[in-house]
Amino acid sequence: MKILVCISHVPDTTAKINFTPDNKEFVSQGVTFIVNPYDEIALARAIELTDDGKGTVTTINVGDVSTEPTIRKTLAIGATDSIRVNAAPRDGYFVAKQIANIAKQNNYDIILCGRESSDHNGASIPSMIGELLGVASISSAKKLEVDGTTATLEREIEGGKEIVSTPFPFVAGASEGMAEPKIPNMRGIMSARTKPLTVVEPIEVPQLAKVISYDKPVARTSVKMIAADDAGKIWEMIREEKKVI
Amino acid sequence: MSVLVFVENVQGKFKKSTFEVVSFGFAVAQKLGTTVTALSIGDVSDDELQKLSKYGASKILNSKNEKLKVINVQPYASVIAEAAKAEATKVIVVPASFSGKGIAARVAVKLEAGLGENVIDIPDTSNGFVIKKGSYSGKAYSFVQISSDVKVVSMVPNSYKVVENTTTATIQSFEPQLNENDFKLTVKETIRATDKISLPDAELVVSAGRGMKGPENWGMIEELANILGAATACSKPVSDAGWRPHSEHVGQTGIAISPNLYVAIGISGAIQHLAGVSSSKVIVVVNKDPDAPFFKAADYGIVGDAFEVVPKMIEGAKAFKASQN
Ligand SMILES: Cc1cc2nc3c(=O)[nH]c(=O)nc-3n(C[C@H](O)[C@H](O)[C@H](O)COP(=O)(O)OP(=O)(O)OC[C@H]3O[C@@H](n4cnc5c(N)ncnc54)[C@H](O)[C@@H]3O)c2cc1C
Ligand SMILES: Nc1ncnc2c1ncn2[C@@H]1O[C@H](COP(=O)(O)O)[C@@H](O)[C@H]1O
Repeated sequence: MKILVCISHVPDTTAKINFTPDNKEFVSQGVTFIVNPYDEIALARAIELTDDGKGTVTTINVGDVSTEPTIRKTLAIGATDSIRVNAAPRDGYFVAKQIANIAKQNNYDIILCGRESSDHNGASIPSMIGELLGVASISSAKKLEVDGTTATLEREIEGGKEIVSTPFPFVAGASEGMAEPKIPNMRGIMSARTKPLTVVEPIEVPQLAKVISYDKPVARTSVKMIAADDAGKIWEMIREEKKVI
Repeated sequence: MSVLVFVENVQGKFKKSTFEVVSFGFAVAQKLGTTVTALSIGDVSDDELQKLSKYGASKILNSKNEKLKVINVQPYASVIAEAAKAEATKVIVVPASFSGKGIAARVAVKLEAGLGENVIDIPDTSNGFVIKKGSYSGKAYSFVQISSDVKVVSMVPNSYKVVENTTTATIQSFEPQLNENDFKLTVKETIRATDKISLPDAELVVSAGRGMKGPENWGMIEELANILGAATACSKPVSDAGWRPHSEHVGQTGIAISPNLYVAIGISGAIQHLAGVSSSKVIVVVNKDPDAPFFKAADYGIVGDAFEVVPKMIEGAKAFKASQN
């Protein structure tokens, strides 16, 4: 079984997010980058599915050279090899096109993404890749079981879940529950240095969307404290002051 | 030229979030000087479809087909793309539901259209077409210029109000060309907890964390939620420990929500938790530790033991509800 896992390089979950004074660029200085948490889940499941030794797990990232430590981490966790498409991601379509282009050349059985990146929050790339390859896509999957060349997945829906099945190949976005993220061990870290990380140049893709500026939510300025004994009166207070109930 | 709105149904019925999307579509159409065409796929009665005219849909396309009875991302995207071409649509609006996100992405690829995902406001058309969306998991907003001729946007539930704009709508049947290759995925089973309010759509949410000590203490959280008509949610360690299902986990790595009211009980307010809930309109925090970071992100705070405070909130909520009726 050949699995491709798409890895997004994102700010650490505890990172404070800052932009340049004109609000046009994200300031990456002083920010630690990690493997997107959902992508760690996807990677862990891919490793589990190939732990009979009969499969390979390739990780792929679309990013400039600064993402290499993040990609190396996926090798340390247990990926077989990695590909970096040498381009800063412009928009989701650009990223999906690059990944689909690599996928078309390699006949992967399964392509796993995270259900959402924690920086762009698009939740769209797995579905875009599915469309580009003409295969099924499951945008948020909590379980993935494989039987021969058919997969059964549990996908999230509003207020419940759905059990779906699809033949190989397909694309899925991993959500919580699919696997527990794996932590690299010493042997993994050592071997990661010698595992192949191939750099390929991007293909041309028309630009359809572009982030032109950022903004930050206004912080709540003051909290109104209520004595514990008056807790029951809070609803009336919210109705009068905020009119949301 | 009309704005095409995909209207998602749940077992033949439209939810509030559907009327939000139609209202949103109407606002966009007004900006562009055009009208709204709603596209329904699946099995929805004419009576139910007619409801859409109340929110501004002036034409309703009905794709009723045995093969399209349950929502399936791949064929649904094909039907929407086909309708968009037939209508010469420039803007397609899809709900950012679990299925809608996948559909929007696939439609965008089919039409090579720029995609504005998880949009939370009416696009700014004063200089091009700029959408506003959450980014960095609730820590920021991005403004995205969509430069393609055709644009697809997915709209986050609860981010735009239902607005009545009664029109007279005509219902037309829309027979799409179905492609066998679109049916690779088979839906085996749909499991829906019908008695529960779905978290992403909920206007009111009662959430609890590790301060509740154990799953056996969730009775009072559920009781409070029931009285208020709220959905229940939890922090990540709570779902990790199996006290509550993963589907209730909110935050950076869980569901991001923006209800009108978020009540957090025994949750410390870690940055990853706040990321997913800070766009709630009003936040109430109950915590026994006066230095809990969550108080800095709250509108109302109560310092106290949840086991004493929540019963008071329940009594208060009962009285409040009674006074409302
Ligand atoms: C990569 C990553 C992603 C993460 N994503 C998320 C996420 O999406 N969502 C999320 O929630 N967390 C997330 N976390 C975890 C997060 O950092 C916190 O650990 C978590 O939110 C804490 O949960 P909690 O507030 O329930 O528990 P705690 O931090 O243990 O807080 C419990 C609180 O309850 C209070 N308390 C105790 N007893 C009582 C009582 N009797 N009455 C009232 N109050 C009481 C305490 O004072 C304390 O403030 C993530 C962490 C990482 C590293
Ligand atoms: N630059 C990237 N390189 C590789 N994979 C990516 C990249 N960006 C996003 N992805 C994948 O697509 C998923 C969804 O991302 P998004 O659509 O941005 O929310 C992520 O969880 C990753 O698996």
